This record gives sequence, structure tokens and C-alpha cells, in this order.
Amino acid sequence: MQSHILSIILFTPLVGAFVLLFVPRENKDAIRWIANIFALGGFLISLPLVPMFWAQRFEPGFKFLEGTPNNWIPSIGAGYNLGIDGISFLLIMLTTLLGWISILSSWTAIEIRVKEYYVWFLVLQTGMLGVFMALDFFLFFVFWEAMLVPMYLLIGIWGGPNKLYAAIKFFLYTLLGSVLMLLGILFLYFHHHTVTNVFTFSIPELYKTAPLIPFHYAIWLFVAFFIGFAIKVPMFPFHTWLPDAHVEAPTAGSVILAGVLLKMGTYGFVRFSLPFFPAVVSHPRVQSWMIGISLVGIIYGALVSLMQKDMKKLVAYSSVSHLGFCTLGIFVLNPMGLSGSVIQQINHGISTGALFLIVGILYERRHTREIAEYGGISNVMPLYATITMIMFLSSMGLPLLNGFVGEFTILQGAFTANWRWAAWAAPGVVLAAAYLLWLYQRVFFGTVTNPKNEKLHDLTPREILTFAPLIVMALWIGVYPKPFFQILEQPVNQIVQTIHDKSNANAPVNAQVAPAPLPQAAAVVGAKRAVPKASY
Amino acid sequence: MVELTIFALGILLIDLMVPRGWKWINAVGAFVGVVFAALCVWQIQSTLPRGAAGFYNSLLVDRFAIYFWYLFLAGAAISIITSVHYLDVEDEHHGEYYALLLLSVVGMMCMAAGIDIVLLFIGLELMAISTYVLVGFLRRDRRSNEAALKYLLLGAFSSGIFAYGLSLFYGLSGGTNLAIIARAVSAQNPHNPVVVIALLTTMTGLLFKIAAVPFHQWAPDAYEGAPTSITGFMSVAVKAAAWALLLRILVFGLWPLRSVYTPVIVFVSIATMTAANFAALTQTNTKRLLAYSSIAHVGYMLLAFVAMGTSQIGSPGFLDGFKGILIYLLVYTFMNLGAFAVITSLRQRKVIGDELDDMAGLYQRAPVEAALMLLFLLSLAGIPPAAGFLGKYYIFLSLIESGHYGLASLGVFYSLFGLYYYLKIANSMLMRAPMETERLPISLGMRCALGVTALATIVIGVYPEPFIRGVNWSLGIVQSPHVAAILK
Repeated sequence: MQSHILSIILFTPLVGAFVLLFVPRENKDAIRWIANIFALGGFLISLPLVPMFWAQRFEPGFKFLEGTPNNWIPSIGAGYNLGIDGISFLLIMLTTLLGWISILSSWTAIEIRVKEYYVWFLVLQTGMLGVFMALDFFLFFVFWEAMLVPMYLLIGIWGGPNKLYAAIKFFLYTLLGSVLMLLGILFLYFHHHTVTNVFTFSIPELYKTAPLIPFHYAIWLFVAFFIGFAIKVPMFPFHTWLPDAHVEAPTAGSVILAGVLLKMGTYGFVRFSLPFFPAVVSHPRVQSWMIGISLVGIIYGALVSLMQKDMKKLVAYSSVSHLGFCTLGIFVLNPMGLSGSVIQQINHGISTGALFLIVGILYERRHTREIAEYGGISNVMPLYATITMIMFLSSMGLPLLNGFVGEFTILQGAFTANWRWAAWAAPGVVLAAAYLLWLYQRVFFGTVTNPKNEKLHDLTPREILTFAPLIVMALWIGVYPKPFFQILEQPVNQIVQTIHDKSNANAPVNAQVAPAPLPQAAAVVGAKRAVPKASY
Repeated sequence: MVELTIFALGILLIDLMVPRGWKWINAVGAFVGVVFAALCVWQIQSTLPRGAAGFYNSLLVDRFAIYFWYLFLAGAAISIITSVHYLDVEDEHHGEYYALLLLSVVGMMCMAAGIDIVLLFIGLELMAISTYVLVGFLRRDRRSNEAALKYLLLGAFSSGIFAYGLSLFYGLSGGTNLAIIARAVSAQNPHNPVVVIALLTTMTGLLFKIAAVPFHQWAPDAYEGAPTSITGFMSVAVKAAAWALLLRILVFGLWPLRSVYTPVIVFVSIATMTAANFAALTQTNTKRLLAYSSIAHVGYMLLAFVAMGTSQIGSPGFLDGFKGILIYLLVYTFMNLGAFAVITSLRQRKVIGDELDDMAGLYQRAPVEAALMLLFLLSLAGIPPAAGFLGKYYIFLSLIESGHYGLASLGVFYSLFGLYYYLKIANSMLMRAPMETERLPISLGMRCALGVTALATIVIGVYPEPFIRGVNWSLGIVQSPHVAAILK
């Protein structure tokens, strides 16, 4: 008996989009209501997943499996296979939550072509969920690429003045990465056939054969996958599409872009690059390159943020810096770094999603994002100022808020591996505090200098509703992160174990990446469990 | 059975000439003819499951041929439906149009099924001459006349070269049947200068017909000048026929020479992708842009042919390359005809509708059409889940399987160019303000054509299994003992 909860979660938004097609386009309020109902429905439907997943959080392997292998296109060995582990579970919950929030936040922001806006948004939602759920590479790739189209349209139709440029740049950049990844996938697929004489795209099957690829091929495959994911994250030299896309995208588009889309890159590293190419990622040279790029990203993103005049651009560059922490955590290759990285991905979704909403609220009222246009906003909008303060503090990593937990764990993981890495990453935290607090000071403190800002009204109940879940989540992760670490424990150990085994078996061993014994990692948050050693 | 199909078509054609008053009857007649032909093909398929040779071994109706026949008929049927309204607008509604269309389909069928070089050449010329006339069908349009003349001159020249190559092969082997030629050629040293010259001249003709660089210059002009409905037809059916001919000759006939022609194909495919993609970047005329894009698609298909030419028959690289070409032609038929159908519908009494600017704000004027156009463009760019991805998938898979990693990377790199110029159309369609605000009237035939092509594009993309099986079925013949006996 298979449970179909994943399919239900996956297709609820798509059903909503389909229903919307039959609503006349003039009836804007009905369209908004229906879209919101389906978005909220999508979130509520995903909630039962929480207790269900919690009950089996320490069990090895993927859970809630759906579909049999090769049931979709038997001729080429592709199947409609879904399944999740702790990492994808957290990202799915983040996606359904942020999807609902962004659709709620667009109520007044979108006035033209309302119908298509919501249709595309719901399609996008399905695409993103599919990426995190797919256990078949063909299916994964279809979702991965199909999701670019709605995002391209969201930026291109409802974006700012320079939207055409930004939309095309976004699409081309991400497609460049994904076509290279396609070649990599095809190579893995064919390699599986040469080893086992079976053509299949099943990811758990490919896990078995991919590490057998000789090193001189694996390194190129790693590069192909790396470019695909690094563009998505975006890591330092591949980040130039991000500020353009963010600045031009509508607020909700930015929230989803930062909150979920960027996570696909880091998810790809964790799900594919590490277990597929254990010998490559643990090669000292490759590892130091990856760490180096992450560190440059952290510092560079933070420094560029410091000098932005546009609030949205500032938040966009801060994403580059924060995602640098995530990739740093991934490539230190120990359980602490890895689970810290996933937690930080969730945190970034919550905090940066909220930051974009915050910028969007001011933009909707004043239609400018220039920092210089503002000042003394806390006098006019006190509630707004308070919420902003909470989210800023969460983003910069203040203890008892979520950002701290993620960054601290990552830094600790980095320190265990090599203290220099942690030392180089730490200034990123300081700089984050600098650019965020400085921004806060310029926008909120002092007296109202610009007469246009005197009559701004404070948050409406709908806007408060969009922030409430984010604040709750920020506090929860900040105060009591233990459940999150427990959910991540099994998959993270599994991955680190794979890397350790395989890199010992057939590649030069990097002494620094011997997996740290788990209790150390768990001790951070007080969880103590034995390491389950199961195979996929 | 074979005779019956072709005769049935011929009789229908004669019938067509008669009615003159009710112009649209011609279209209906032609459409019925196509459907009738399809039924005959279906009957052949069910009565002769293993294929049969006829006409003194000049015609081989195998699964490969049947696959292509269906493809041609589908292309012709859709083109006929889109033509009705267009020809009304152009005020050039004549029965000859449909008659020529059907005649060219007969020629194509000979090209796909022929295994005798004389029959292949006759089929080629029948198709080519019909299309020369169709390209110049808009007598009062100077662009159309110019295009037809260019196409005719270059086409006749290339046919001459092609015939010269075939005659050399006749001289080498003493027979006109591809099987005899294959046997004679395999006995020769492949680097014998006569063989090489014969091969190169034959390939010149073939590459001209599929519009590969450096023999592509006719394509943009002919595509731009031809009536839009014919442009769509040319870019799918005529091209598929040329591919059938190429596969027949190079794989069934000249396979022993593959060590000679594969390097040439490698060069041609790289040149084709490069030239076409760069040229397409700067186009402002939609038809011309799609012409260059269709040349680029030929480049991708040639990549699959390279994969075939460098692998053994029956190995995964060979089979997936072959499947890639066949599937690509199938999905290309639907998505490209769909795209051209949208452009055709833009043609109004006042507007020509083939400039990029005419697309501006199409969304406001005809939302459904704009959405479908977006689908076709994404499919052309190879974005899943649209059908175009399946073709790209097979081509890159065959390249990986035959070890051509460099060519595969080059191919995906150029597919980015493709995305860029398709998005240019999408941008102007969805994101710019319209030049005029009146809604676009769309005829019933056009709606049918758009519906069918869009449905096919989505279905092939989302559930490709039956289509992959169909292609596998059509390729079963490659290893079939029956054909092996004929080729001996």
C-alpha cells in the first residue's frame, strides 16, 4: 500500500492553476481568492506530512516512496518515482509555506494580468516541489527545467523597468547550467548501463554505480554538475544573474527566488554531487577550491551589500553571502557542516524571504527602493519597524534566532575540518551585521526627512499574516532547533558515510575529511542518537 | 498495395482539378485524399507486417518507409488546414495549390520507400518541382517570385550534382539498386578517388536538400518568400523527406563508406550549428528567424548522424542516434507547423504579419494563440516537458554513448543560442505593448491545426512512451532478416 501524500502535495497547486484557467479574467477578486485558497490548501495538506515524517525520522533511506521504477517511460527507463528524506522534507515544508506566503503577499501588488500571474505562480510551485521530491533523474530534470519557464515569465511580465533583460539573463544562465547537467545525467545513465546492462534513471540505482566511474571521468562530470548547481545557488563567479533577476522581479517572485529556487542548487550538491562523486569532492584540491569559492562568495557578497543604494539589491547580494555559508557547510564534508548547511538553507528561506517582503511593502507604498528616499520610518510605521528588526536580527545571526543556529553549526563544522576556513568565514557574520544594521539605521531611525513618507500607513492585517508564520519559524529554530537536527541526522550521516567509504576505497584520501563522530555534531543541540548505517 | 496508394492519390489529384467555383472544396478534397492515403498506409502496415519490395525491387515498403509516410501525411494534412484561410486572404485560391501539395507528398513517399536510385531521384524531383511552384505561388508578390527563382536555380543545380554522383555509383556497380551498390562499394577501397568523388557529389545533393551549411543559402530566402503555409510545409515534410532520402542512401546503401563520410558530416554539423545560430540571432523577420532555426535543428540532427556513423550497427549509440533523428523529425513536424500556423494566422488583409514587430503584444490580441506559440517556442528550444526535449535527449544521449563528449558540449552550448532567439519572439509576444488593439480573428481550420499541433507537442512531451515504441517499431527493420535478404 503506497501513500500518495507526496503526489497530493505536488499536484494541489497545479490543480489550482487549472481551475483558474476557467475563471473569467475580469473577475480579479475571485481569481485572487481561488489562488489563495489553493496556496493555503497546499500548505495545509503538507502539514500532515510533519507527524508522519517525524514518526520515521531515524529510519534509513527514502520515505513515502511512490511509483515503481520505469512506470513512466519504460522504453528509456524513466519512472514517476517520488520519495523524500530529511533534507528534502524540510525543503518541501519551506516551499509550501513560502508559496502560500508569496501568493498572499501579491494580493494588492499585482494589478495587471492577474489571472496569468496566479496561474504561473501555482505552476511554479508544483515545479519546485517536484524537484525536491523526484527520485528519478528524468523526472527531476523535467521539473528542474520546466520550473524555469514560469519564473522567466514572472520576471518578464510583472517585473520592473529592465525586466526583459533580467528575464532573459536569468533563463539563459540557468539553462546553461542545466544543459551541462543533462550531459552529466546522460553519462551516468549510460555508465549504469555499461555496468549493469540496465537502462534506468532511478536515482537510488545510480547511487550504486556512479561512484564506480573512474576519477578522470568523474572529475569532469563533477564539473558539469557543479556548474549547473553553482549557477543556481549562485556561487561566486556565477552570481551575476542574481541581482538583476531580484531587482526586476515582483516581490513575491523575489521571495520564491531567494527562498526556494536558490536552494535547488545547494540541494543538488547535497543530493547528487556528494554521493555521486565521493572521490572527487573529497579530493583535497577540489575541496579547497570549493571552500575557497564559498569563502570568496561570503566576503564578496557582504562587501558588495555594504555599498548598495537600492534596498532590494542589498538583500540580493546578502543572499550571495549567506548561500556562501551554505556551500561552505556542504564542502567541509562533515556531519556538522552538512546539517548546519541545510538548517541555514531553511533559515535563509525564512529570513531573506521576509526581507524581500519587507522591501516589497515599502516599495508598494512609495514605488522606490532607494535607501536615500527613506529615513525615520519607525516613527510612521512602528509595527513594521519592529518586525523588520526581528527579521534583520535573524538574518544576521543573533543568538536565539534562527540565523545563529545555522551559521554557528557551519562554522563549527568548518573549524573541525580546518580552523582557517572558519576564520575566513567569520568576518562574513560581522559584515552581515554591519550592512543590515546600517540599512536599518538609514531607513528607520531619525526623523522623517522626506515629506512623502509622512503619511505611510502601517501594516494591514493581511501583511501581518504574511509575516507571522515566518517569525514563529525564526523563533522556533532559534530557540529549539533539536527537532530539525534530528530530522537531518540520518540522511546527513548517510551522505558523509558514503563519502568516507568510497573515498577510502578508490581515491586519494583526504585526512581532513574523516567523518567526525556524530555525537559531536548532535551535542551542539543536545541530540544523541546512534549512527544508522544503512544503504540506499 | 503500394501501387494502390499512389494511384489513389493520383486519381484524387485529377478529381481536384475539376471544381473551380467552390474554392474550399479543393481543400476538403485534398484533406480527404490525405486521410484516404493514411488509411491505405494503415492497411499496408497491417497486411504486410514485415514489409515488402515491389516494382522490380525498386520500392521497399518497410517500417522505416511507413513511419515516414505517416509523418508526411500528417504534415500535409496540417498544412492543408492552415492554408484555407491564408489563401483566401492572399486571394490566390486555386486547386493547383493542393494538387501540387499532394504531388509533392507522392514524391516524398517515393523518396522514403525507394531503394533504387532512379526511383529515388524521380521522387526527389517530383517533390522538388512541386515545391518550386508552391514557393512562387503568390504571383503578385515579388518576394515570392524571387524566392521561387532562387530556389529553382539552386535546386536544379544541386539535383544535377546529385544525379552525377548517382551515375558514378551506377558506373562503379553496374546496378541502380542500393543493395547492388552497397555490395559493389564494400568491395572497393573506400579511398578510391572515384568512390570519394561519387560520395561527395551525392552528399552535396543530400545536404542541399536538408539545408545544411554550406549548402543552406537558399533556405532563408525560400522560407521568407514562400506563402507562410508552404514555409511550414517545407520546413517539416520536405525536410523529413530529404532526411529519409539521406538515411536511405547513406545508411542502407553507402554504409560501407561511413569512415569516409562521417568526418565530412562532423564538419558540416558543426558549421551548420555555428552559422545558423549566429545568423538567427540578428533576424527581425519571424519567418527568416525560424528558417535559420530550422537549419540549426538540422545541425543537431546531423550530430545524431555522427553518433550513428561512428558506432556499430545495433549498438546503443547507433540505435539512439537513429531514434533521435526519427523522433526529432516527428516532434519537429508538430512544433514547427504549430509555430508557422500562428504566423500564418497573423496574416490579415492589411498586415503581412511576418515581422518580429507584428508579434508585439500578441498576447493582448489573441491570448490563446500567444500561449500556444510560447509552447511551440519552448518546445523548439528543447525545454521539457514540451516534446522538443525528447529529440534533444536522444541526440545528446547517442553522442554520449558513442563517446563524442566534445560535440555534445558544443551542441548544448548552441542550444542556448536557440533559447535566446526563441525568447526574443516570446518577449515581443508577451511582454511588449501591441501595435494595434483589435482582437485577431481566427478561422476554424486554424483552430483545428493549432489544437492538433499543440496537443501533439504536449502529449509527446509528457507521455512519450507510445511514440518511442512507434520509433522502435519502425527501426525493427534494421535488423530484420527480410531486409537483410534484399540487401544481400
